[in-house]
Amino acid sequence: MATAEAAIKVRGVSHQFGEEGEQRYVRALADTSLDVARGELMCLIGPSGCGKSTLLNIMGGLMTSSSGDAEVLGKAVAGPMPRDIAFVFQESALFPWNTVIENIELGMTFQGVAKSERATRARRALEAVGLKEFAQHYPSQLSGGMRQRAALARALSLETPILLMDEPFGALDEQTRMILGEDLSVLLARSDKTIVFVTHSLGEAVFLADRVAVFSARPGTIKQVIAVDEPHPRKPEFVTSAKFTALRNQLYGLLHDEIRKAVLQSGLRAADRGETEPA
Amino acid sequence: MISARRNRDAVASRLVQVGFLVAVILLWYLAATRWGVNRLLLPNPVAVFDDLIDILRSGEYIEDLKVTLGELAAAFAISVTGGVTLGYVISRSPYAIRVFEPLFAAIYAIPIVLFLPLFVLFFGLGPASKIALGAAISFFPIAINTVTAFGNVDRLFVTAARSMGASEYRLFRNVLLPAALPVVLSGLRMGFTIALLSIIGSETLASLAGLGHRIVQLAESMEMARMFAYIVFVIAIAAILNAVVSVLEARGRWN
Repeated sequence: MATAEAAIKVRGVSHQFGEEGEQRYVRALADTSLDVARGELMCLIGPSGCGKSTLLNIMGGLMTSSSGDAEVLGKAVAGPMPRDIAFVFQESALFPWNTVIENIELGMTFQGVAKSERATRARRALEAVGLKEFAQHYPSQLSGGMRQRAALARALSLETPILLMDEPFGALDEQTRMILGEDLSVLLARSDKTIVFVTHSLGEAVFLADRVAVFSARPGTIKQVIAVDEPHPRKPEFVTSAKFTALRNQLYGLLHDEIRKAVLQSGLRAADRGETEPA
Repeated sequence: MISARRNRDAVASRLVQVGFLVAVILLWYLAATRWGVNRLLLPNPVAVFDDLIDILRSGEYIEDLKVTLGELAAAFAISVTGGVTLGYVISRSPYAIRVFEPLFAAIYAIPIVLFLPLFVLFFGLGPASKIALGAAISFFPIAINTVTAFGNVDRLFVTAARSMGASEYRLFRNVLLPAALPVVLSGLRMGFTIALLSIIGSETLASLAGLGHRIVQLAESMEMARMFAYIVFVIAIAAILNAVVSVLEARGRWN
């Protein structure tokens, strides 16, 4: 993949929380480099606490890395870039005091979209995620899956070339998650967005990604990048194919040891603090 | 089915509440007419009712009501302006929250009404001392709730708004303010209630006019039925004001 085409470039990024010697000191990311090509969907997968969400936040300008550089569409990242990057968070982050349609239009207001354009774009985004009938509902009146659809609609309406998704389906049950994954694949096949998608789920990563970046345990760095050579939109049958199973197993092999390390680490940290391992 | 049962439960509990009030009035009536309780201590509720009608008809209450409501309005305006502004400013700094929240909570817990003599010395017997006391007392719940409300806005909402490019103004107007509003409003309701209580209470202790003043005057001239009628009148006014404030509070709720 030619570097010139990269939509997102990360070079030698490290990140730590707190200062050395402090109780809360954590080295989350260590010397991580990654290129995300224009138009590709890259999944970040790794054990809990490996810094994959931290990397996503650094890419999106929501956090400043302790060292190293991030570049988006040729510009150094120094803060949020609302014209270039939209986020979908783990919890929907919809404003509960606004209806679905108000939430979507408010996002565009923040971004600076002209008033005349907001309504059309909001409607289009709602249609795209299949929530047209729920425009006037409040987030609390929707199921978790529908809330994430609405959050996705808000992000889509911003019409940014880049979408950063932080475990967007993480809080949903397996079946809702599968359907949302299939719909997302269909949606993406129609767009040329560059997407970085953080997930815990091996199946989700293989099903959605063009490439999967596998993280090591903390301090996280990218252990290996695996390509998933399968066109979008991906059919439900893909999940039962031999190719899917082989890729999933490959990911599992890469992750298994790292997850063990991560679990051991968190156990040791808990012991350091005089806590016992939570059940 | 469930909503029908809930309705029935609501009706039943209303009936119990009304029944309780009727029982109290009935006991009052029996005590005053049959059990020989001194008329000076407990007037006949029928006489109280007649006096109440007379008070309402004659409009003699208007001057005192104006004084009391004027004091309440002034005190509340001061405590809302001061409490919300200061509360918001404090909420912007975690350090200030750590310093001022426990301080305000501690002051809120002391009976500020004890300082009434001091307020009277400073501001005189007229409305000014009631306004000062009412404002001082209601400032604390308003300020405390404002600090809590703005200090506990979900970080994710702020992060999401910033990621979409929200300006400082938009962040305040569309995220912080609506997120904080329910808790701020319940602080305003608490502040309003205790401002009303403390103003009427202080009128009974040291004042020149107002409903509290009128009640004490009637007590001193032994016009017990009329005094009770004024008490009922004040209760009704307080109930109406609290209902209005509760409705306003409920309208600002999203959660």
